[in-house]
Order: sequence, then C-alpha cells, then structure tokens
Amino acid sequence: MNPESPEDQVSCEDCAARRSFLAKISIALSGVIGAMMTLPGVAFILAPVVKKPKEVWRDIGKPEDFNDEFKLVRYEDPAPLPWAGVTSRSGAWVRMIDNEFTAFSITCRHLGCPVRWVKGPELFMCPCHGGVYYKDGTVAAGPPPEPLHRMQIRVRDGIVEIKTTPVPLTTTPLKAIDV
Amino acid sequence: MNPIKKTWNWIDERSGYSDYVLPLLKHIVPRDARWWYVFGSATLTAFLVQVLTGICLAMVYVPGGDEAYESLKYITDQAFMGNLLRGMHFYGASAMVMLTVMHMCQVYLHATYKYPRELNWMSGVVLMMVVFGMAFSGQLLRWDDNGVWSVMVAAEMAARAPVVGPWISDFIFGGAVVGGATLTRFFVFHVFIMPAIIFAGIGLHMVFLLRHGVSEMPNPEQPVDPETYKEEYEARLEKTGVPFWPDAMWRDVVFSTFVVAGIVLCAAFLGPPALSTPPDPSNIHSNPMPDWYFWWYFTVLSVLPSSMETWIILGAPVFGFLAVLLVPFISNKGQRAPSKRPWAVGLIVFGATSFVVLTIYGYYKPWSPDFGVDPLPESVIGVSSGPVFEGGQLVHKKGCLYCHHIDGYGGHRGPVLSDIGQKLTREDITIRIMNGGYNMPSFAGSISSEDLSHIVDFLLSRHPTNEKTNE
Repeated sequence: MNPESPEDQVSCEDCAARRSFLAKISIALSGVIGAMMTLPGVAFILAPVVKKPKEVWRDIGKPEDFNDEFKLVRYEDPAPLPWAGVTSRSGAWVRMIDNEFTAFSITCRHLGCPVRWVKGPELFMCPCHGGVYYKDGTVAAGPPPEPLHRMQIRVRDGIVEIKTTPVPLTTTPLKAIDV
Repeated sequence: MNPIKKTWNWIDERSGYSDYVLPLLKHIVPRDARWWYVFGSATLTAFLVQVLTGICLAMVYVPGGDEAYESLKYITDQAFMGNLLRGMHFYGASAMVMLTVMHMCQVYLHATYKYPRELNWMSGVVLMMVVFGMAFSGQLLRWDDNGVWSVMVAAEMAARAPVVGPWISDFIFGGAVVGGATLTRFFVFHVFIMPAIIFAGIGLHMVFLLRHGVSEMPNPEQPVDPETYKEEYEARLEKTGVPFWPDAMWRDVVFSTFVVAGIVLCAAFLGPPALSTPPDPSNIHSNPMPDWYFWWYFTVLSVLPSSMETWIILGAPVFGFLAVLLVPFISNKGQRAPSKRPWAVGLIVFGATSFVVLTIYGYYKPWSPDFGVDPLPESVIGVSSGPVFEGGQLVHKKGCLYCHHIDGYGGHRGPVLSDIGQKLTREDITIRIMNGGYNMPSFAGSISSEDLSHIVDFLLSRHPTNEKTNE
C-alpha cells in the first residue's frame, strides 16, 4: 500500500478515534449476530423445562382385574411424541382392598430404578442400590430418603383410571442444606 | 527435475509443510522418557478409533424412541461388519477411558503439571471429564432398558441439586418423563457437542505441549524453579535431545498398535455387549448397571450413609473435578521425582486400590437383595418334615434368603445366618424379625404367628456344621 495516496491520508486523520469506534461497533454487532443465532435455539432447547407437564387419567382396566395383590399396570404418558414407541410407557403398582385402591409409582425414591413387588415378604425391593419399602410405601431399608410416590386412582363408569404424573424426583429443599 | 518432485515442491511451497509441519514433527524432545510417555498418544489413537467407528455406526443408528433399539439389533445381527464395529466402539471406549486415566496418573506421578505446564494439565482434566461424559452418554445410546434407567438415575441425581435440580432433570428428560425427546438429546451431546469439545481440547492440549516441550523424566537433582527452568530445560535439550519423529514417536506407534489390536481382537472374539430388553420404562424386570468403568461410583452411591448422600451426589463431581483441575496451584515448583513425593505415590496407590475394591463390590452388589436365590435343599435344612423343615422353606418364601446367607445359599445384604442358633435366643430372633433392625425391614405386618414360629424353629437349629452332626 502506498502511504502517499490521498485516500489513505484522509482516512487516517483521526485514526485513534475512528479505530476505537470501529472496534466498538464490531464487538457490538458481533453480540447482535450471536444473539440472533442463539436465542431461538436456546428457547427451543429449554422449552421442555418451562412447559408444565399435563396430567391426564389413563384407563388401566376394570375393578375386577384388581385384588389385594399388587399388580403392575402400564399406561401411556400424557403427551407421547409420535415416534416415542415403548419409551412413552410408565408403570405403577396397584392393588385393591375393599374397593380401596392403592397405587405407587415404580420409581425408587433413591435414584430412580424400578422397584419390584415381592410377594412372600410383602416388600417392594429395588435392584440397584438396595432400597426396600413396605407395602404401604414407607421405607423399610436401604438408602431411599422418601416413601414411594403414591398415585391417584379413580373408578369412572366401571373403568379404573390412574392419574399420570411426572417422574417423582427426590429433591433437596433449601432448608435441608442450610443446617 | 522429475514431475513428482516438482509437484511436491509446488504443494510444499504453497502449503508450508516443510516450514510449519515438519518442525513440529521433528521438534526436539528428551531422550530419557522411553516407554513412560506412550499413554497420551495412545489415548489419541483410541479417540480416532471412536471417531471412525462412531461415524460408521451413525450411518445406520436411528436416534428415535423405538427405532434405536431396532437399528442396534440390525447393526449387531445383520449388518455386514456391524457386530465388529459395535464391538470396536465399545472396547474403544473402555480403552479411551483407561488410557486417559493412566495418562493422568503418569503425569501426576511425574509432576509434569508443574511450571510451566499448568495449562497442559488443566486442559487435560477438562478433556478427561468430557471423556467420562462420552462414556456415560455412549452407554446410554445403547438404548435398551439399561439405557432408560441410566437416564432415570442421571435425572434423579440432578434433581437433588437445590432449586435448579428439577429443571435440570426436565432438561435431561426433554420433558417430565422419559420419552421420545430423551434419546435425541443424548445423541446430540454424544455425537456433536462433546466430540467438538474433544477436538478443540486436543488442539489446545497439543498447542500447550509444543509451546512448553515434552518434559524430561523427573530427576531429584533438578527441582523445578520457575526462575530458571526454561533456560535449563532448553540447554539440556540442546545437548541430549532427539527429534520427536521418529526417535521418540516409534514407541508411541508400537504401543498404539497394541492398543488398536487389543480393541479389534476384543471386538472380534468377545463381541459388543448384548442388548437387554427394549427401552420400556414400565419394565420392572430391569437390573440397571453402568458399564464397568463406573461400577466404583455405583458402589459409592450404594454404601454411603444416607445423611451424606446428597452432599456426595452433588459435591463429589464438582469438588472432585475442581480438586484435580487445580492441582498445579497447590504446588507448581520443586521436586518432580516420585521418590521425593511420597504423598503423591500414596495417593495413586490409594486411588488405584479403592478403584479395584469398589469395582469388585460393584460387580457383586452385596447391598442388593438377590432376587434369584435358590430355595434351601433338604441337605442344608437337615430334616424333611416338621416345623424346622417348614421354616427352612419359609426363609426362601418370605424373602429372608434374598439378603441372608445360610450354608452357601442366599444373598449377602444382611448377616450370615449359618450359625445364628448359637448366637441368639428365641426371643432375640423373634424380636428382630418382628421389629426389624438396622437396614432390616420389620416383618410384623406380613408374617403369621405360625410362620414366624416355624422360621424361628429353623433358625434356632442353625449351628456350626460340626455341632449339627452331633445332634
């Protein structure tokens, strides 16, 4: 480049101020470009976190299908995606004594593995980390900090229905941390 | 000049191969490291195996709720070479995790993280965490029931974080439950995001490596002094160093050959891990287990006292990562030789021992009720009728044997009962069964008094073998 050329001299009369302005505007515009590129995507990705889960009643059979023995029922999630296939299923343990239903989510409250009802000792047992629950869902042994999650059951027009819930998560309230 | 040479000269001049790449390949490295420094390059080789086999698998794998399992079955059972490629990707993952950790242990043992290589260490620690992330998300992409419950466990762990926990869990699920949106998230992490971080991280790791040069073997006579280190290092290297290619690199190549051959042979002869049942979150006959390199953590989660649990679940990954990351800031000068750093050697020995012990426990899962135990045979019960016999049947039926061991039968969760008759009285045993005890459920609500008395009769007949024969 020829430093003698008139254009160059004109453009460099107040070089420092001009450069600083150009630097600022470039940084600001880069921020705008970044925001335009990422914001819709961030919203797209975080939508499931903000969306409130629907709760619906799902048909799980007739009253005569149930007795005093816990039975595994399978039901479909509230809003299954068309391609979800078997992954849209959830399970619950349900029994009926004197027309009273008891239902527990199969999710262990320790770290979420599927608990099994074991008939002989009348206990729910978890295969992962040794959690054990009594038939009323309370903790009998092992690490679970909370009883099994109870689910709602209703009978309408001779059909037993279960109310779907999100996966029962064992959370830590702030006051528990404060100690 | 012959045309090939002419063409090459043209390319070389334009591309700068001789000016830029060759000096990197031939940069001078210490000659004394010999076989100690092969783990890093072998990790890189294992990563290349993962990239290449991963690309092939992704040509067929369908990251969709139902179809992932079907496509994996197709890859494993029907696709030409599919079984081998899945196996290579699996054993390649094991190799990469192992080599990463071995590389870190070697670097720690030789204190190579000290001045001026602090950032080499820190970029390596970040890379290692991403490798663990790849290992976890990868075993999850094997989208069978184990995959589903791995997500469940991950989400439950995240949920323990105060305030933001449930949001993170929903983010992991892609909703409130496992479903069609869950697998695709992990697919994206595993196939786009984390590999991109690894590529960038390796680039950075290499830049730091070339900037500061390959370290010498630790020498107790040469403690690191940041004031003089660089000059002394360069002076020594000038005297005794050798070009990286091929004087040092041939060992890396030989070791990597063994690594890749090991991966291929394992894949060919042991095959990829079998798929279990389809990813149905309502299937309770699942027995979720992580892949072997995480069994130690599985054990930790199982044997922790519950009062400490939330602290460990949340704290261990964060503080563990920070503690390892910040090692160079604890000490970045002074001795590098293991012979002068007994605590470092002790830590490696302690870490390795803990890993082995916890892994073995993770494999046997003695804390878990054993659902598949066999009933006691008559030879163990000792009689073939009467209350003792009835009790011997009941300890299986009532689940006692899931946790208690009697003469070679039963689980390992609770105390062995082979000679309980010698240790406890009728009253003690009855109270224990009725009320439960430390980690034992109370059976008061689920056992009839007749069954109880049979079980107690049976347990009272349990004496050490020599006494039993005297009766």
